[in-house]
Amino acid sequence: MVREAKSKWNGFSLKPRKEMPDGLWMKCSNCEHMLYRSAVEKNLDVCPECNQHFRIDANKRIKYLADEGSFQEIFDDLTTSDPLDFKFRGTSYKERARVDEKKRGSTEAIKIGKAFIKGRAVVLAVMDPNFLMGSMGAVVGEKFCIAVDKAMEEKLPFIAVSCSGGARMHEGVISLGQMAKTSAALAKYDENGGLFISILADPTTGGVTASFAMLGDCIIAEPGALIAFAGPRTIAQTIKVELPEGFQTAEFLLEHGFIDMIVDRKNMRSEIARLIDYCKK
Amino acid sequence: MAEQDNNNTSDVSYLAFEEKVAVLDGQMSELRRLSSIKGIDYSAEIRRLQREQVAELKRIYSNLSAWQTVQVARHPKRPLFCDYLKLMVKDFREMHGDRCFGDDRAIITGLGHIGREKVMVVGQNKGRGLKEKIECNFGCADPEGYRKALAKMKFAEKYNIPIVTLIDTPGAHPGIGAEERGQAQAIAVNLMEMSRLRVPIVCVVIGEGGSGGALGIGVGDQFSMLEFSYYSVISPEGCAAILWRDGSQAEQAAKALKLTSKDLSKLGLVDDVVAEPLGGAHRNIHDTVYNVEKYIVKTLRELKRIKLDDLLEKRYKKLRSIGQKSISSSHAKHTKTKIKSTINAIPAKSGSVKTIKSLKV
Repeated sequence: MVREAKSKWNGFSLKPRKEMPDGLWMKCSNCEHMLYRSAVEKNLDVCPECNQHFRIDANKRIKYLADEGSFQEIFDDLTTSDPLDFKFRGTSYKERARVDEKKRGSTEAIKIGKAFIKGRAVVLAVMDPNFLMGSMGAVVGEKFCIAVDKAMEEKLPFIAVSCSGGARMHEGVISLGQMAKTSAALAKYDENGGLFISILADPTTGGVTASFAMLGDCIIAEPGALIAFAGPRTIAQTIKVELPEGFQTAEFLLEHGFIDMIVDRKNMRSEIARLIDYCKK
Repeated sequence: MAEQDNNNTSDVSYLAFEEKVAVLDGQMSELRRLSSIKGIDYSAEIRRLQREQVAELKRIYSNLSAWQTVQVARHPKRPLFCDYLKLMVKDFREMHGDRCFGDDRAIITGLGHIGREKVMVVGQNKGRGLKEKIECNFGCADPEGYRKALAKMKFAEKYNIPIVTLIDTPGAHPGIGAEERGQAQAIAVNLMEMSRLRVPIVCVVIGEGGSGGALGIGVGDQFSMLEFSYYSVISPEGCAAILWRDGSQAEQAAKALKLTSKDLSKLGLVDDVVAEPLGGAHRNIHDTVYNVEKYIVKTLRELKRIKLDDLLEKRYKKLRSIGQKSISSSHAKHTKTKIKSTINAIPAKSGSVKTIKSLKV
């Protein structure tokens, strides 16, 4: 062990001065304003200038959504066993998962557990865009279903935040099957009279949109979120037509009647709490 | 036109890996021509070539690679849903429209008989010939197609008529209109409702089983595939473009995706595989349709014997178990027991934040 040289004065260290961290400032991807990062974080990762809602990982999402310290995660240890033995471009699915796990600290693209939102007990499922683009594989599907079962068993409202690139290609048809599986679980929950609030964050696309994300009793989206079945790039490539402005944003979906409301991140907690109160039997 | 395909093999367009078969066909027709012109009997020679060709076809088709399977599934002469309607469904009454927006031609629905079974047939049609293809949008359904399918399936449920779905689509239509009218929502609702329809549902992939577009009418009690059809979460080209960053690597992507009936039944994701005649469905449409018909009739008879509540429970359990085998847990050996024990460990009521904090999960 290297012993650190300490000065005689208390509170003064001879350690090399901390370098200015890289990420002290950031640029808004929308309005291109230079923003002080901690100010953005205080504003729930929303640009104070233009109200652009930045992508956030599951931990932050839970922090912003649940009462402080109330989230109790379950089944955090489930991982995939790479059923197809999927290899591509000199790397493999397992390796890619390991890289994301190391870099971002999440072991799967969803976290589930019980939590409180403004004092109301709920079962919460939050997707994490930092793990393989938040894609849905067997583990995500299974954990989602466990969360639904749990909400059903304890007669709690179920809140799911979708933030995903769709089905996980690396698991082939197994990931496609998760669409049917999660929808079937929600059908049961629905028959039991459970309340399911689906929150769509940027981005919600592909197999996730085409299954549980669109099956909420109430569907809420964050402003400006991309919500699509086929992504804009896929559509542009396939039909070779320029896409209209604001295509597939939350506002676009609201206009076409596919979501109930658009709610700012800072109002999400109170809006959910209000909905839960309205739906109390 | 099916009759034409049956014997006139020169009508078949050959796939790249069937080169030798094509050469043999060429030789045989040359010999036939010579014998008719010169009056020399070449029948022994032709028979020999025929035997050789059969052996060659057997060799090729018993060992198709994933990419070759995709090519066979997309073969222009492969029997389409309209062929099945003509040859398999008796007294078919088509029922149009989703009562909402329009009548999608990519999904065709209607009542009919298969064997002696009364059924609601739901199928994806790709269309033959350019005009029909454009009309059917090359088998890529729009939201109204999925909504039509659901409406007709609900109708069937009301009168206790079993449902048969025949799947053949490259995928749901990725277009501006489709997104505007809620492609994702239409498919999602279908998945949810099909998981609890109170009639037996049999699904057969007859050609391409492309992603969400296939699944949108592909949830049921028995899910099966024709031998050389494929079923995948994404088209091999799409997968290659994303993961290989090069769409031309589709061959490798197809292999990695494990999309053939052989691989999928090994993984337990497909209940049954329906055999195709020698050299693929396009070489003998009648036999293919007959195999599918036999399979559907047999399966429907079996499913009808099961009590409805049991059938639904079975269907739910089947859906719920998809992929469970591919999950590993670092804490417990068996995920299932772990799941149960953890659910029980959390008390049903936890009044405040404190109680939940003090819990160790």
